[in-house]
Amino acid sequence: MELAAILILPLIASALSLSTLGRRYAAPITLISAAAVLALAISVAGLAAGSGRIDAADGWLTCDALGALVLVLVALVGFTAALFSWGYIAGRAGHPVQHVQRYYGLYNLFVLSMLAIPLLANVALMWIAVELTTLLSAFLVGYEDTPEALEAAWKYVILTTLGAVFALLGFLILYWGSRIAGLEPFTWLGLVEAAPRMPPTLLWPAFLLILVGFGTKVGLVPMHTWLPDAHSQAPASICALLSGVETTTVLYVILRLFPVISGAHGLDASSWFIGFGLVSVGVATLLLIYVRDFKRMFAFSTVEHMGIILVAAGLGGSEAHLGAAYQITGHALAKSFCFFAAGMTVMAVGNQEIASVRGLIRSSPLAALALVAGGFAIAGAPPFAIFVSELVILKAGFTSGHALAVGLLALLVVIAFCAVMFNINRMVFSPPEREIATAAIPVTCKLTLLIAAIPLLTIGIFVPAPLHALLQAAAAAMGG
Amino acid sequence: MSNSSFPVIAALDALTGALFLLAALGVVATRQVLASLQLFIWQSLLLTLSAVLLGIALASVHLFAVAAITIATKTLLIPWLLRRTVAAEVYRTREIERAINIPISLLLSAALIVLAYVIANPILATVTAPFATINLPLGLAAIFLGAFTIVVRREAVPQMLGLLAVENGVFFSGIAIVPSLPVIAELAAAVDVPVIALVVGLLMRQIYRRLGTTSVGHLAALREQ
Repeated sequence: MELAAILILPLIASALSLSTLGRRYAAPITLISAAAVLALAISVAGLAAGSGRIDAADGWLTCDALGALVLVLVALVGFTAALFSWGYIAGRAGHPVQHVQRYYGLYNLFVLSMLAIPLLANVALMWIAVELTTLLSAFLVGYEDTPEALEAAWKYVILTTLGAVFALLGFLILYWGSRIAGLEPFTWLGLVEAAPRMPPTLLWPAFLLILVGFGTKVGLVPMHTWLPDAHSQAPASICALLSGVETTTVLYVILRLFPVISGAHGLDASSWFIGFGLVSVGVATLLLIYVRDFKRMFAFSTVEHMGIILVAAGLGGSEAHLGAAYQITGHALAKSFCFFAAGMTVMAVGNQEIASVRGLIRSSPLAALALVAGGFAIAGAPPFAIFVSELVILKAGFTSGHALAVGLLALLVVIAFCAVMFNINRMVFSPPEREIATAAIPVTCKLTLLIAAIPLLTIGIFVPAPLHALLQAAAAAMGG
Repeated sequence: MSNSSFPVIAALDALTGALFLLAALGVVATRQVLASLQLFIWQSLLLTLSAVLLGIALASVHLFAVAAITIATKTLLIPWLLRRTVAAEVYRTREIERAINIPISLLLSAALIVLAYVIANPILATVTAPFATINLPLGLAAIFLGAFTIVVRREAVPQMLGLLAVENGVFFSGIAIVPSLPVIAELAAAVDVPVIALVVGLLMRQIYRRLGTTSVGHLAALREQ
C-alpha cells in the first residue's frame, strides 16, 4: 500500500504542477507531496529493517533493507531540494511562469523515476526507471538555457543513455541465463537464486556490460567526463539530487549485482569493484587539486565518493558493507547540503569561480558557514558521518588483507580532504580584494539549510537505533 | 535446436546480418547527415527483417511485435521528428565534422568488429540458441560501431543516430538470445526509443535556437584547464 502510494503521489504532484493550479502553487504542491513521500518512505524503511522485505501490488513492487535505505535518501533529498527550489527557482529573473511550472512538473517525475528504482521488483522495469532518470532530468540540467548548460545537458543525455543501452544488453544476457536456469520472474531475488545454475560465460559479460554501462551514470572513471559538467551547470537544487542521490540509485543497481556474480562459480567481482573504485578515487583526487569552479569541485567529490563506496563493496564482509551503507547515507546528506551551500554562494556572489570568491564570511556569513560545514562533512572530518564510515571501511580493509588497496585509498582520501578544505578556506576566510555586492538569499533556502543540517550534524555522533538496524540489514543485503 | 533446422532462413538471416553490419559501417563513414540518416533507416529495416525471419523460424509472436515497433519508431517516427525539429541541419549538404578521418575510422571499425567476435565466441562455445551465432556477434559489432560513431562525430544529429544504431545492435542481438523477450522488453522498445528521440530532438532544437548550430564538438566551454 505504502509502496504504491510513494509512486503515485509524485505523479499527482507533477500533473497538478502543470495544471492551471500550478501557475501559483507548483512549489507548495511539490513540497507537500515530497513531505508525504518522505513520511511513507520512513515507515517503509522501519518495516523493511524489521521484517526483511515487503511486497506489494501482486509482487510487482518490493522493498528490502538496501532498497529502503536508498528509498529514504531519495525521498529526503527530494524533500529538501523541493524546499530549496521554492526560493531558488522563483528568484531567477527572466524565467516565465511556464518554465517554472515545467520545472516542477519534471522535478516530480524525475524524483518518481529515482524512487521507482529500488521499488520495482522486475529487473527489466528497473532498467526502464534508470533510463527515465536521465531523460526526465535532461531539461532540468539545461534549465538555465545558457550555452554551457545546454552543452552539459547534451553530453549528459548522450553518454548516460549510451551507457544504459550497453547495460540493457547486459540485462538481456542475464535474462538469457535465467531462462537457461529455468527461472521465470526476472527479479533480483530470483537472479541470486538462479546464478549458480547459469553458465559463467554468460554471467561474466553481463556483469561487465552492466558495470561499464551503469558505471557511466554513476560517474566511474574513465566514463565520468559528462558528470562534472551536468553536476555544475544544473540549478543547485537539481545538482543536490543528481549528485546526492541519482548517482547512488544507479550505484545501488551495481551493488545488487554483486551477490549475483560472486555467489556463483567463484567469479571475482571484488577485484573489478576495487580496481574501478580506486581509479575513480585517484583521478577525482587529482582533479580536485586543479579545479577552479566550486560546483565542479563538489561534482568531482561525488566521483571520489562513488569510488570509495565501490571499493567498500568490493572488499566484502559485513564490516566493509556496513561501512558502504553508512557512507552512502553520509554522502547523500553531505553532498546535497554542499550543493545547497554552493547554490547560496552563487546567489550571493553571482558566479561559480573559486578565484573570484574571497572573504565570504564577511559578505555572506550564512553561505560561508554552510560551505565550511558542508566541506568538512563531505571531506570526512569528525564529527561527521563520512569520517566514521571511512574509518570503518579502512579498518575492514586492513583486517581482511587488502592493506595495499586501503592504504592507497587512505592516502587519496587525505589528499582530497586537503584539496577541498584549501579551496573552501580561500573562498571563506581570505581577505576580499574588493567589496563584492551580495544579493539577498530567499528565506526557504535558509530554511533548507537548517533542516538539512539536522541529520547531517547528528548521524555522525549518534545513529538512532532504527537507522542502525536499517544500515545493518542493508549491509547484509549486499551479500557476504 | 540449431541453425541447421532452418537452413534457408539461417542463410537469409546471415545475409541480413551482413547488410546490417554494412549499414552500421556506413553510419561511421558517411560524409553527410542525410546519408547517415538514410543508412540508419536501412539498418532499422534490416533489423526488422531479421526479427521477421526469426519470428517465422521460432514461431514467436514477440519477434513480430519487435519488428512492428522498429518500423513504427525508427523508420517513421524518428525521421519525421528530425524533420520537425532540426530540418535545416539534416538537409543541408555539407560534410560532417569529425575527429578522425575516414580511412582511420574504418580501420578502427574493423578492429571493433574483430573484438565483437572475440567477446562473442566464448559465449557461443558454451551456450547455444538458434541464430545466436549470427546475431550475437553482429549485434555486438553494431553496438561498438555505434558507440564509435558517437565518439568521432562532433555534431548532434549524427551522435543521436549513433546512439540509436547502438540500440539497433542491442535488439539485433536480443532477438536471437531471448526470442521470447518478456513483454517488458517490448514495452521498453516501444516507450524508450520515442522518448529518447523526443528528448534528444527537443534538446537539439534548443541548442540550435540558442547557438545557431548543432555542432556540439564546438561546445568546449566546459573542460579542465
